[in-house]
Amino acid sequence: MKPLTPRRVLVICGLLLALLFAAVVISLRMGAYPITIPEIVTTLFNRFAGRSDQIPSEFLLVVFGLRLPRIALGIIVGAALSTAGAGFQALLRNPLADPYVLGVSSGAALGAIMSLIFTPHVAGAIQIASFVGAGVTISIVFLLGRRGGQLDAATLLLAGIITTSFLSAVIMFLMTMLSGRDLRGIAFWVMGDLQTPPVIGLKWLFFVLVIAAGCIYTTTSDLNLILTGEQEAHHLGVNVRRVKLVVYVASSILTGLAVSVSGAIGYVGLLVPHVMRMLFGTDYRLLVPTSAIGGAILIVVADTLARTVLGTTEIPVGAMTALAGAPVFIYLMRRRVR
Amino acid sequence: MSSLSISGPTPTDTTDIGPRLRVEQATYAYSATDRSAPAFTLGPISFEAGRHDLLAVLGPNASGKSTLLRLLAGVTKPLSGRVEIDGAEITSLELKTRAQKVALVQQESTLLFPLRVWEYVLQGRYPYGRRLRFESQEDCVLATNALAQVGAASFRDYWMEELSGGQKQRVILARALAQQPALLLLDEPTQHLDIGGKIELLRRLRRLADENRHTVLVVTHELDLAADFADRIILLHKGKCLRIGTPAEVYDRGVLEEVFEVPLEIELRANGRPRVSLRSDG
Repeated sequence: MKPLTPRRVLVICGLLLALLFAAVVISLRMGAYPITIPEIVTTLFNRFAGRSDQIPSEFLLVVFGLRLPRIALGIIVGAALSTAGAGFQALLRNPLADPYVLGVSSGAALGAIMSLIFTPHVAGAIQIASFVGAGVTISIVFLLGRRGGQLDAATLLLAGIITTSFLSAVIMFLMTMLSGRDLRGIAFWVMGDLQTPPVIGLKWLFFVLVIAAGCIYTTTSDLNLILTGEQEAHHLGVNVRRVKLVVYVASSILTGLAVSVSGAIGYVGLLVPHVMRMLFGTDYRLLVPTSAIGGAILIVVADTLARTVLGTTEIPVGAMTALAGAPVFIYLMRRRVR
Repeated sequence: MSSLSISGPTPTDTTDIGPRLRVEQATYAYSATDRSAPAFTLGPISFEAGRHDLLAVLGPNASGKSTLLRLLAGVTKPLSGRVEIDGAEITSLELKTRAQKVALVQQESTLLFPLRVWEYVLQGRYPYGRRLRFESQEDCVLATNALAQVGAASFRDYWMEELSGGQKQRVILARALAQQPALLLLDEPTQHLDIGGKIELLRRLRRLADENRHTVLVVTHELDLAADFADRIILLHKGKCLRIGTPAEVYDRGVLEEVFEVPLEIELRANGRPRVSLRSDG
C-alpha cells in the first residue's frame, strides 16, 4: 500500500518542470536567427539577474521580443487545454473526452468570432465570449449525448463530432460572409495557431489559468471518488453537484481562455492526460498538475516543430497535435471497444 | 505502521444509550410526474435498532426494499415521519458526517480507470478528511484492518478487475468498514454469490454486528439465510410493512404465501429459527 503523498506530487512535478525548462531552451534555439544554447542560458540568467544591459540587443529582440512570448503563450494554452481535458474526462465519465473532440473548442471559437464582430474594441470581451461559447456547447453536447436518461459514451462522442462539424460550418459561413473584416483566418479558428500575439496581456491569461486550474485541483479528491461512480461518491460524502459545477465552469473557462488566443488546437486534452495516466496512475491529485505541465511541454515542442520543420514556412500548431493525437485517439477507442 | 495502536474499523460513536437507528412513521411516495397520483407509496413504517443488531429486509420485487434503504441512508427524505441515527435526523446531517455514520454497500459499479484494491478501500476514509486530502498512516492502518476483517488482506495489491464476484463483494464491504459507520446497509449483497459465498458473507455480517457493534441491515431475497442469521426481520409487501419481529414471529405460513405467491412449508427448528421450503403438494 503506497498512498499518494504531497512529497511525491512535488517531486514528479519538479521533474516535469525541469523537462519543460529544457524544452523551452531548445525551442528558443530553433529558428532563422542562429543563437547557441549557452548564449540562451546566459541571456536568460542575465535577464533574471537584472543585468539586461549586458545582453546584446539582437538577442534581446529575438529571445524576449519574438520567441519567448510565443513559448509562454504555448505554455499557457497547453496547460489550459490539458487541464480542461482531464476535467471533462471526469465530468462526463468518459476517457475519450477532450475539448476539441467534444466540440467545446469550436463553440469557444464561435464565441470569440462573435465577439470580434460585435464588440471588437472591448478588452477581455473575446475571452468572456469564448468561455460562454464553451460553456453553452458542453451543455448542448451533454444533453445530446444522453440516451434514456443516461450519459452514453458512444452517443456523447458522436454528439461532439456532429457539433464540431456544425460549428465549423457556421464559422466558415461567418468568415466568408465577413471576409473584409479582421477576424483572423479560418485556419486559425479551426486548426489553432500561436503566430498571432494576443491582444490581452500574458500575465492576465496566466492569472486566469492559475485560478481556474486551482479550482479544479481543490476538487481532485472528490473527482477520484466520482470516477468510481457518482452515487457511491455521494454516499461517501461527496457533494457531487457542487464538484461537477466547479469542474464544468473551470474547464469551460480554460477552454475559452486557450481558444480565444490560439484557436482550436486539438487533442492536447486527450493525449496528455492519457500519457500521464500511463506514467503516474489515475489519481487526479497527481494527474491534474502533471497534465498541466505535460500539456505545456507538448505545445512548446509541437509549436517548435510547426515553425521550423518546413524551413521558413509555418504550419498551424493544431496540425501537429492532430497528427499525433488522432492516431492515439483511434488506438484508445479500439482498446476500449475490446 | 503496526506501531500505531488502532484497532479494527469499529464505529466511532460516543453515545452508548438509546437505540442507534430509529424510524418513526416514515413514509415515501413516488410518482412519475409532479402532478400525477403517486405510482408507489411506502410505509408508514416504524422500528428501532441498536448496537449488535442484524436486521434483514425481505419482500418480493417492487415491495419497497430499495426505497426503504435509500430512506435509511439519508439519500431521500421521507415524505412524513423521521429517520434518526444516534438521535439526529439523518437528512439534516452534513454529507461527510452522514458518511461517517452510515455506509451503503450497493451492487458493484463499473470502474472507469483501473484501481488497486487498497486504493478502493482507502476511498472509505474520504469522509474523515478536508477538501483536498492525502491519506494518513492511520487511514492505511484502518484500511488494512478492514481488508483483514473481510478476509481480503491477501489481495490488497490486486487490480479491482482481477477479482472474482465474491472477492469484489468483500472488498466493497471492506471499503464500507473503512468508513467506520455505525449503521451498515447492504443492498442485496448475496445476489452474485454461490451458496458458499452467501453463507460466508452472512456469517461475516453476523460477526461484525456481534463483535464490532455495527448495526447491520441487509436487503435480501434469501429467506432461509435471513432466518438463520438475522435478529429481526422486516417484511415488506407492495410498500406496506407487513411484519417486524424475530424470524419465528414473522415467518407465518399464511403471510409468506400471500407475499411471495408460492405454496410454502415452514418448520421451526430446535434452535428456535424457522426453515422455509417449497410445499410439495403445491
